[in-house]
Amino acid sequence: MRIEDKLYLVGYNVDEDESHIGVSDPEECKKCQGRPCTYICPAGVYSYDDKEEKLSINYDACLECGTCRIVCSFITWKYPRGGFGVQYKFG
Amino acid sequence: MKRTDFDVIIVGAGPAGLAAGYVLAKEGISVAIIERGIFPGSKNVMGGIFYRSSLDDLIPDFYKEAPIERHIVEQKFWFLSEDSMFSTGLRSERFNIEPYNCFSIFRAKFDKWFAKKVADASAMIINETVVKDLILEGEKVSGVRTDRPNGDLYSDVVIVADGVNSFLAKSLGLGKEIRTNDVAIAVKEVIELPDKVINDRFGVSNSSEGVTIEITGPYFNNMRAMGFIYTNRNSLSIGIGAVIEDLVRLKINPNDLLEILKKHPAIKPLVSGGEAKEYMAHMIPEGGYYAMPRLYSDGVMVVGDAAMLVNSIHREGANLAIESGKLAAKTYIEARKKGDFSKKTLSSYQKRLEESFVLKDLKTYKNLPKLLEEKRYLISKYPKFIIDSMYEIYNVDKVPKSEKIRLIMNRAKKEIGYFNILKDIFNIWRSFR
Repeated sequence: MRIEDKLYLVGYNVDEDESHIGVSDPEECKKCQGRPCTYICPAGVYSYDDKEEKLSINYDACLECGTCRIVCSFITWKYPRGGFGVQYKFG
Repeated sequence: MKRTDFDVIIVGAGPAGLAAGYVLAKEGISVAIIERGIFPGSKNVMGGIFYRSSLDDLIPDFYKEAPIERHIVEQKFWFLSEDSMFSTGLRSERFNIEPYNCFSIFRAKFDKWFAKKVADASAMIINETVVKDLILEGEKVSGVRTDRPNGDLYSDVVIVADGVNSFLAKSLGLGKEIRTNDVAIAVKEVIELPDKVINDRFGVSNSSEGVTIEITGPYFNNMRAMGFIYTNRNSLSIGIGAVIEDLVRLKINPNDLLEILKKHPAIKPLVSGGEAKEYMAHMIPEGGYYAMPRLYSDGVMVVGDAAMLVNSIHREGANLAIESGKLAAKTYIEARKKGDFSKKTLSSYQKRLEESFVLKDLKTYKNLPKLLEEKRYLISKYPKFIIDSMYEIYNVDKVPKSEKIRLIMNRAKKEIGYFNILKDIFNIWRSFR
């Protein structure tokens, strides 16, 4: 199963007003060699748009594991606001 | 007068925070547990095996009322290569009698139940609230700043139980940023199957008996990866965790690794026909003893995953979390008698942990993470050699046994080298000293 299909199984309370993920210096993404965020994230939150030269962040799919901030010091990942984000049925 | 809203504030309603809250509330101490999810458990993930003994001290025979899936009667360890599986493990009727050794559980259900017990003991659980910062008065932690309007709360002591990412321990400078070698990312799927099908496939006689399988080996491309399958009542939990450094090195997504696991000929028939119900991800602190942050400071103690208290070799975490929560609570009770919440007094938390199985176990394995970091082949080359040797022995092809043994010895010499085998045995022995 692809990640996209698995994410349909996950419950979220999406914070429409505020993203909990950002990049402190977008210029770094342009220079970044491997862009580990684009393949390491278990929810596939990150993709790089070569034309726009910009990292696109689909924060509403985030499973809140925090792996992205371990592999990249420019990603400013924090917890979503209280009550928002992923909500597991089983966990 | 100094403002305090609660005697103790606990950040995070996982097993560590809830255990601390339970002990304190039972003593009549005013305690708040702050949880960012809509209920305790809604953000919490683990592979799914919960050991009884640590929680049993707090709530005797808890398993009779808690939402558990199955008690575990058989634990297996599988080594996979491309086309083979080598199995070891233990099934025992000693695991099939009460009060049982361990259970498969779902944390969203279990933690919710545990939190109810803690609330019944009169702890206050504040949901849907993120702690953004610790409030300091001089050097001493004196409260928390939440994301609620006017959300500052003050207490004698803050117990930091905010999980593997622990922003709070880092903000205090107790912990360093996590290294990619010290943490694994695990993903898991819950796959629904009728309980009778599970009983048949895993060879148990009824739907309360369960089986666990831990899975590693050369199939995972020389990665420090550990897969697992646990039986729940009407579903299987199947997942895999790999050290982040190894995933980055090979540019593999954790979900792809899970799909690779599910395709193996020994795994596929176990999960076939099931329906995926949930998918989740969680980091596991695997750095062990040397990766731990400092565990206390003025007015603060760190417990559970936030303190990196995980014994990954034995897939134990929640029980260490509960034990650490209990010991932090006991430390507070002692400090309260003295009316002193300084670093010096709270240092007895560290001492209690050192005297308990928690740090004794972590010390036993303290050198193992580094050994595996340097010698990844230990979990791939040797299992491959065992699998190929056993194939040789089981495969009857008119080659005399003496010749087969000679072939196996030759392969040992060629693929690993006699001297290297001795060196590895010595290194493993030394790492446990």
